[in-house]
Amino acid sequence: MLAEKYADRIQKVFAKYPDKRSAVMPMLYIAQEEYGWVSPDGLREVAEICELDPTQVKSIAGFYTMYSEHPKGKYWLQVCTDLACALRGADEFYGQLKETLGVDDGGTTADGMFTVEHVMCLGACDRAPMLQCNFHFHENLDMDKMNALIAQWRAEAGK
Amino acid sequence: MAEKQYPNIIYREKDVPDIRRYEVYAAHDGYAAFKKALGMEPKAVIEEVKASNLRGRGGAGFSAGMKWSFIPQSEPVKYVVVNADESETGTFKDRQIMENNPHQLIEGALICAWAIQAKAVYIYLRGEYMDVAAQLDARIAEAYANGWLGENIQGSGWSCDMFTHLGAGAYICGEESALLESLEGKLGQPRVRPPFPAQKGGGLYGEPTVVNNVETLANVPWIMRNGAAEYKKIGTEGSTGTKVFCLSGHVAKPGNYELPFGVTIRALIYELGGGISGGRQIKGLLPSGGSGPVIRFDGNDDPRLDTPMTYEDFQKLGSILGSASFIVMDETVDMAWVASRITKFFKHESCGKCTPCREGTYWLDKTLDRIMDGTARPGDVDLINNVARNMQGMTLCALGDFAANPILHTIKNFPEDFKARMGAGD
Ligand SMILES: Cc1cc2nc3c(=O)[nH]c(=O)nc-3n(C[C@H](O)[C@H](O)[C@H](O)COP(=O)(O)O)c2cc1C
Ligand code: SF4
Ligand code: FES
Repeated sequence: MLAEKYADRIQKVFAKYPDKRSAVMPMLYIAQEEYGWVSPDGLREVAEICELDPTQVKSIAGFYTMYSEHPKGKYWLQVCTDLACALRGADEFYGQLKETLGVDDGGTTADGMFTVEHVMCLGACDRAPMLQCNFHFHENLDMDKMNALIAQWRAEAGK
Repeated sequence: MAEKQYPNIIYREKDVPDIRRYEVYAAHDGYAAFKKALGMEPKAVIEEVKASNLRGRGGAGFSAGMKWSFIPQSEPVKYVVVNADESETGTFKDRQIMENNPHQLIEGALICAWAIQAKAVYIYLRGEYMDVAAQLDARIAEAYANGWLGENIQGSGWSCDMFTHLGAGAYICGEESALLESLEGKLGQPRVRPPFPAQKGGGLYGEPTVVNNVETLANVPWIMRNGAAEYKKIGTEGSTGTKVFCLSGHVAKPGNYELPFGVTIRALIYELGGGISGGRQIKGLLPSGGSGPVIRFDGNDDPRLDTPMTYEDFQKLGSILGSASFIVMDETVDMAWVASRITKFFKHESCGKCTPCREGTYWLDKTLDRIMDGTARPGDVDLINNVARNMQGMTLCALGDFAANPILHTIKNFPEDFKARMGAGD
């Protein structure tokens, strides 16, 4: 249960705002961290913690793209293919990445390791091609660097 | 060629490495401006910022001091909200401020908070800047530890708190009223105005609120330390101070360049930015990411490249300076493709609250898809023009205009790129 396990963090979040509703976004992040995605249990618990209706929480989770309403691979790779990156080779890079992992846009590898998807500008357009892995930035990439990262992540996961 | 020296007001880490650290910032005039402001009447602080003619760096270029002066002092609870949503393609300047010179943002926001007597400051960062927010939280903690935040700040009798808040991936939350909704834990959809954020009923939790961009507030400590008169010596009459130009696309050296307003486009792209990649010719420039009209250039000798970079001069070029997110495109770029990319972005980011934007972006995208895949029908360009014109000025927030402008201007400025894709008869 989130309320017990993350009691300290939840208290700190509540201390920021004059009302509990404002805490819904930080709480959804906590739920996602715990369950790997915003699961039905996570939604229900967040609603209880923030004293909101579960359908309201669900619509908020659905509005924002960083909350995942489906389970993702262990490493969630979000490649920017927005205009400024596309001008610097992001489409080609993303194509090669998908080929290397053998998945389509939005897909997850059979071993559950990687989910890949294209996203809009991430605020690193001068360092394209770039991606975000579980919300951490990796910039100035090429396929050599990418293969090394993939190997490193596989080693970390023991796969 | 020796690089010309320009003043660094924002990116002070260029002159003072490690200025991100509290001790270093404090040793280099850090918080001196806030201390000075605390010794002044809040009203006098607003007057000084107004006199500097500091204009908002988030895109619209509205006078910061004027905005602060709209806050009704009679209201007991007021807020400052820092817009660190930075989601426009080609924009990556605020992140560098928060990473490398965070205390200057904190100090600027504090001066604003004192000037309007705010109860708290919220810094709204796009969710993808999670790591940046974690660092910023540590800097804010340093400011508390050194008595710049919290209860009875520096014995002034005034108390103020500062918090970060993470968005979660929605471009529309950069629009100030959507941002406030999001901060209140609701869907990030723009509000009907009036009331405006500065008014009772229009701001955060219904209280009068100043919303300013990160870069705007990061200018404030310098202004308070050196005075409005000194600030106005930098830049031009209508565009005072420096501006961060985010340079991306087909240039040899992309990155952030802080320059006084009035430096030419040519100096930015060809001297600082190392010119067009591969020695090719320039074809177009998007000066405000995807949301401003594209400017046409006929190669590297186009005299219009000597235009000074100011709000005024970019209007004369038929565009806007906006957030100064310069996406440079060389001669190989197909402007129909650019229009289609931008349109896909806005279709994806339209919050759906009003019909002209929701439906308009859908139809623009659909029609551009036809043009791109070679199945364009006669009249499709006219259709696009019609749909886009019916969006302009008809929507609840400026995203509708943002979505209409780029297409209208790519078609107007690069008709040949569209003609090439249209079948016979159009
Ligand atoms: C669709 C849309 C997106 C916007 N995104 C941002 C943004 O990411 N950052 C920002 O500072 N302003 C953004 N703005 C402008 C804000 O609404 C607001 O004008 C700005 O934060 C005011 O700050 P300033 O006066 O200091 O520029 C956006 C506006 C619109 C209509
Ligand atoms: S113009 Fe578009 S983004 Fe703005 S409120 Fe209307 S539908 Fe939403
Ligand atoms: S366009 Fe890719 S990070 Fe900005």
